[in-house]
Amino acid sequence: MNRSDDQPLPRIPRRVALKWIAGASASLTISGSPNFSPAATKTIPAVGYGRDPDILKQYQPGELWPLTFTDAQRQLVITLCDIIIPADDTSPSASQVGVHDFVDEWISSPYQEQNKDRNLILRGLAWLDEEAPRHDPNAETFVALNPKTRLAICSELAVAAKNDRKEYPGSFFYLLRNLVAGGYFTTPEGMKVVGYAGNTPNPIWNGPPKEVLDKLGLSPQE
Amino acid sequence: MPVISPKETQSTYDAVIVGSGAAGGQVAYTLAMNGVKVLVLEAGRMFDPVRETAMFHTPNMAPLRAAATPDKQYGFYDASIQSGWTIPGEPYTNAGKEELRQFAWWRQRMMGGRTNHWGRVSLRNGPYDFKTRTRQGVGFDWPISYDDLAPWYDKAEMLAGIFGANEGLENSPDSSPGVLLPPPKMRAGELLAKDRAQKKLGISFVPVHRAVLTAPQDADRIPKKIHPGNKKAQRILADNMRTRSPCFHATDCHRGCSIKAAFDSTTVLLNPALESGNLDILPNAMARQVTVDKSGKASGVTYVDKVDNTEHHVAARVVVLGAGSQESVRLLLNSKSNRFPDGLGNDHGLVGKYITDSVSSSFSAQIPALENMPVYNEDGVVGQQAYAPFWRCKDLQNGNLDFPGGYKLLTVAGRKMPSLNTAKQFDPVSESEGIPFGKQLKEDARRYYGSFQGIGAQGAMDANDDCYAELDPDTVDQWGIPVLRFHWKFSDNDLKQVAHQQESIAAILDAMGARFTRAPKIDNPEEAIKQGGAIIHEVGGAIMGETPDASVTNQWGQVWKVPNLAVADGAIFPNTADKNPTLTILALAMRTADHLVDELKKGNL
Repeated sequence: MNRSDDQPLPRIPRRVALKWIAGASASLTISGSPNFSPAATKTIPAVGYGRDPDILKQYQPGELWPLTFTDAQRQLVITLCDIIIPADDTSPSASQVGVHDFVDEWISSPYQEQNKDRNLILRGLAWLDEEAPRHDPNAETFVALNPKTRLAICSELAVAAKNDRKEYPGSFFYLLRNLVAGGYFTTPEGMKVVGYAGNTPNPIWNGPPKEVLDKLGLSPQE
Repeated sequence: MPVISPKETQSTYDAVIVGSGAAGGQVAYTLAMNGVKVLVLEAGRMFDPVRETAMFHTPNMAPLRAAATPDKQYGFYDASIQSGWTIPGEPYTNAGKEELRQFAWWRQRMMGGRTNHWGRVSLRNGPYDFKTRTRQGVGFDWPISYDDLAPWYDKAEMLAGIFGANEGLENSPDSSPGVLLPPPKMRAGELLAKDRAQKKLGISFVPVHRAVLTAPQDADRIPKKIHPGNKKAQRILADNMRTRSPCFHATDCHRGCSIKAAFDSTTVLLNPALESGNLDILPNAMARQVTVDKSGKASGVTYVDKVDNTEHHVAARVVVLGAGSQESVRLLLNSKSNRFPDGLGNDHGLVGKYITDSVSSSFSAQIPALENMPVYNEDGVVGQQAYAPFWRCKDLQNGNLDFPGGYKLLTVAGRKMPSLNTAKQFDPVSESEGIPFGKQLKEDARRYYGSFQGIGAQGAMDANDDCYAELDPDTVDQWGIPVLRFHWKFSDNDLKQVAHQQESIAAILDAMGARFTRAPKIDNPEEAIKQGGAIIHEVGGAIMGETPDASVTNQWGQVWKVPNLAVADGAIFPNTADKNPTLTILALAMRTADHLVDELKKGNL
């Protein structure tokens, strides 16, 4: 639960002068800290993977519950995936690592926490196709638009999302961006992009390299 | 003696223990190693951390990128199975309606209990924490002092394997020489916090203590110290220590540890206890009631076999409760008889009273100095490595603060494995016009990843009259066992402490050069304080004390009128210190078990 979403601009604490970022009001969650809201889980699942699933098995979207997207919706989400996370010289795009199927798995989930996102995603996808002819009379769908126009529409949505992440259709783009980017950064390929180099056994841990300590003006640890 | 079914139980045991976590596991270990015939009842199934832990799985291998669901409430790869804030068929209720008047109860139904779901932070209570009534005029004094418990802290630490450093700090005691394993090197964010907090604020960040092996345990030396004169126990313990590998600096301890570097009850306590031949373990056994004989002594435990919903009774000379503090409270209250119509130990209506938890809040910011770092592996021992013990003990004692209990600060930093939420972090700091996507998002990810610093505070809570549990007259679980109804209200002292926590964390982040994206909740601590139970540090409800009229048990957890019934878990804590409770549970449980061994030998039980 995030109580800070709608609060007015915060005041400066008594003893410290804080350097505020203008306009920023989003809060950060400390993932890994015991910050989990018990209230958020108080829902009864339909048919999920159960309370004692096989942890070691590797799962594919569609394996545990049926997926939702039609072929056209799937193609649209693939297009959006690659606008949100395009390929570059060193890393693949989101669709190249199957993130569109993760988005489908998410909105098809029997659990309320994910399933509540279903309507917003489906509504937003339909809206994008409805928008298309207004930008190009020959385009019946978002996918049929030229790449520049597609990018322009997404840029507008991104600005709307930054201004108010709860108001539609900015809210749709905020959610989709989170799912696509989150889905991407949790793959081994996406972890490389952020620069996560762990999850590998090392008998020795020597602390950060000297280059890092130098940047911070810190002396080496004993 | 092995893992058994109800048909295979002995006709009587020296001791039956309810629960297999830190308390139950520790008592089972100490009793079994000393030749006492023990049965452990565990409400969940057997669990093998070696075979059932997904050590290196990445989130894309799991359903929903391993996100939390009602089935796996801390995420898919968390070790918890059939556990959670809610468990189907096993309700609990709250008298209060508002969120802050409600208590959230994490229950672990699996072998090893809540030691499977644990950050492994293992701190000793300090001398002041045992005497809050005398020193601060709040809560209750413990019937023992720090010096009484210190020898068992040493033994519990050597047995579990705890890393940390002796810093000579006020009210954060050192261990005896040779007890602690070396602490890991700090990460960049931890070093920065340590340096800036010390220079600008005089606050010391030091290595935290955690139950994770950073070096092999000394299997030649330690078993002799823990089991002097007991060759068999020494051999079994030495053999078990040699099966444990030091941490290989990867994968979160909350997943479980298949290389046995991290402590859990099954790995460190139950396995060697089974090896002694003196322990039976009965899984899927939900305890209903402690029975008493005509003389008023505990005679055994009635339980439901969850496999076929049949009820059974097992007899024992001694009954020990280690079911998790509030589950032990529930058992005491449900153990009604003609002689004890209000439940066991409840002659003065004290069972269920004085529940406490860590008073907790957190705050975070982005640290520009940590941007654009070169790529390197910063997993370390995965999880907490540094903390700031409470640095104003003198001010507390002199009344210079407007709250009576201290708190510690734990850093949450580093280039950790990305999660579904990683991208959202970049929004408030990105220079893009809209929320970042496309090429910009990848650039932001490379620049900002690892530059976010969170600090969590966990503080002391003194017993108050508003935090208690009772039996709900209207609700039973799926086996017809009455359930607990909680009452909860943080005191003004707790809220003042949280305001101070928020201010301190903001000052430290500021000293690190933070860019803040929201405000600390100094003037509205009720919005920052974590719900009661949310930190899973709840203790109390059957507090120990000096006298039968003011407490439920004596200093060994023995229920005053029923000395062959002992409570071994956190239920006997008279208060919560600004330290995590598990290490103190282990040390007290070992002390209680040693006392029970003596008393059994003397024929007193």
